[in-house]
Amino acid sequence: MTSTDKEIKILAIETSCDETSAAVVVNGRDVRSNIISTQIPLHTLYGGVVPEIASRKHTERINQVIRQALDEAKMTLSDMDAIAVTYGPGLVGALLVGVSEAKGIAYAANLPLIGVHHIEGHISANYIENKDLEPPFLCLVVSGGHTHLVRVLDYGKYEILGRTVDDAAGEAFDKVARTIGLGYPGGPKIEKKATLGNPDAIDLPRAKVGGSEYDFSFSGLKSAVLNYINKAGMKGETVDPADLAASFQKAVVDVLTDHAEHAIDSFGVSEFAIAGGVASNGALRASMEEMCDRKGVKFYRPSPILCTDNAAMIGAAAYYEYIAGRRDGWDLNAVPALALGER
Amino acid sequence: MKILGIDSSGLVASVAVTEDDNLLGEYTVNYEKTHSETLLPMVDDLAKRLSLDLNTLDAIAVSKGPGSFTGLRIGCATVKGMGLALNKPVIGVPTLDALAYNLWGMTNLVCPIMDARRDQVYTGLYRFVKLKDEFHMETVLMQCAIGIDELVEKINRFGSDVTFLGDGVPVYEDYIRKNSRAPFSFAPANLNKQRASSVAALGGVYFKEGKTESADSLKIDYLRLSQAERERNEREGKE
Repeated sequence: MTSTDKEIKILAIETSCDETSAAVVVNGRDVRSNIISTQIPLHTLYGGVVPEIASRKHTERINQVIRQALDEAKMTLSDMDAIAVTYGPGLVGALLVGVSEAKGIAYAANLPLIGVHHIEGHISANYIENKDLEPPFLCLVVSGGHTHLVRVLDYGKYEILGRTVDDAAGEAFDKVARTIGLGYPGGPKIEKKATLGNPDAIDLPRAKVGGSEYDFSFSGLKSAVLNYINKAGMKGETVDPADLAASFQKAVVDVLTDHAEHAIDSFGVSEFAIAGGVASNGALRASMEEMCDRKGVKFYRPSPILCTDNAAMIGAAAYYEYIAGRRDGWDLNAVPALALGER
Repeated sequence: MKILGIDSSGLVASVAVTEDDNLLGEYTVNYEKTHSETLLPMVDDLAKRLSLDLNTLDAIAVSKGPGSFTGLRIGCATVKGMGLALNKPVIGVPTLDALAYNLWGMTNLVCPIMDARRDQVYTGLYRFVKLKDEFHMETVLMQCAIGIDELVEKINRFGSDVTFLGDGVPVYEDYIRKNSRAPFSFAPANLNKQRASSVAALGGVYFKEGKTESADSLKIDYLRLSQAERERNEREGKE
């Protein structure tokens, strides 16, 4: 990458799910602001994200969040070089708010528009705190909607080794949390409960999938948890939710770690990163770190705030799109099922 | 006074620019392509055609609901973004008021209806009254979501001539023909759907009355809760 004399300043917007976020990022790695307005307390009332409510709240909050991002960065729109926005994958109604807003701003401020892939954003979150990290590296993206094992070949160039064939890892956390009465959002609730339990107390399956050797499946594990509860109920035994949470979490972490390790071995990877909401899970971070230490692989993980959906990661990804000369038109649309590496 | 008007509340995407009492240009498309793909390119086309410097706008008027939830959000978020970038005030125009304004000067009762699904219409009742040689639009029934039966019942009670317009007409025309006891008519193709020129012109009236707001505070009038909220309220025994 050639160094640029000029600082490239990007205002990034992210509204793909239930966080309204805006950030100012300079040269892809220097985050000047990263405002995240979460709707989680609102959706907790419904046991999960309600798309229509998410879309409504984004529309109400977005201008304030953007202004706050500019204020905190001590900049105005006239300082910006581009406007970036997540255009997929995600909830279509939620994505459309950010996309429409970004287009309105970019058009009126006469700035280039860059649509960013949400998963590319998650992967790029690793660049922010690790100035030395550059492709190629291996990345595991785990969130409420995604579970991808990806070879990052270059900026904007990806090879997907494996993905979930059913539930995303985060989705499994949410469903199991609901089943054992912990509520939403499942990830943090299970993690907290698991600290009180024995991860080896209950024997749960580590599913192997027929397709790619790197693919994941979590619906079987979810069913196994349900079966365990039902069986215990029929036998009149009580279930210890802490043991169940810990055992379930360990089963997920084991599968994710095994797949990552397998890919590291097969491709001779020397740098490995994790990303996405589930990447803030302490047990997963510890397991991956132990595995990487054992193999002499350099391990990267974003701070928890950069694991959650946020606009700084979108600004990071957008910078590399910007210097590659990619721009979007005023007809940019939201693409709810956008595949990684697809335009 | 230069105003950009935008309406994406229904199937129609429409953009217009007015300057005082002149319509400088209008672009209306009624075609099944998403507003996300068409609306801003239409603004761009029109602005280029008019050599419009966006900084010379006094305000941006937008149809703020009711209508298609997604369509409204595309329009309002675009306007919020433009208003923020241009530092210009915005004017939220009630969708049904703007539709009624299509029939400015009509002596009949004007009744725009939009199909709201769930056996309801978004509607309102308006009439134009002459004051000092000028027509003013008067709201007889504020925009609301009600059953078509309830609406026709109200109109029957008024008993006066009524002209219907809006995308709800093809859906409920048969019902109206069967049940209306007041004389009625339907507006023609050139006037019977959302027009951004009406949004901009009515926006101009609001502008003169000082009824503008910041892009940040612009809110959509859905006239309806989300399904999840509605069901939750029902569960908890609220109305």
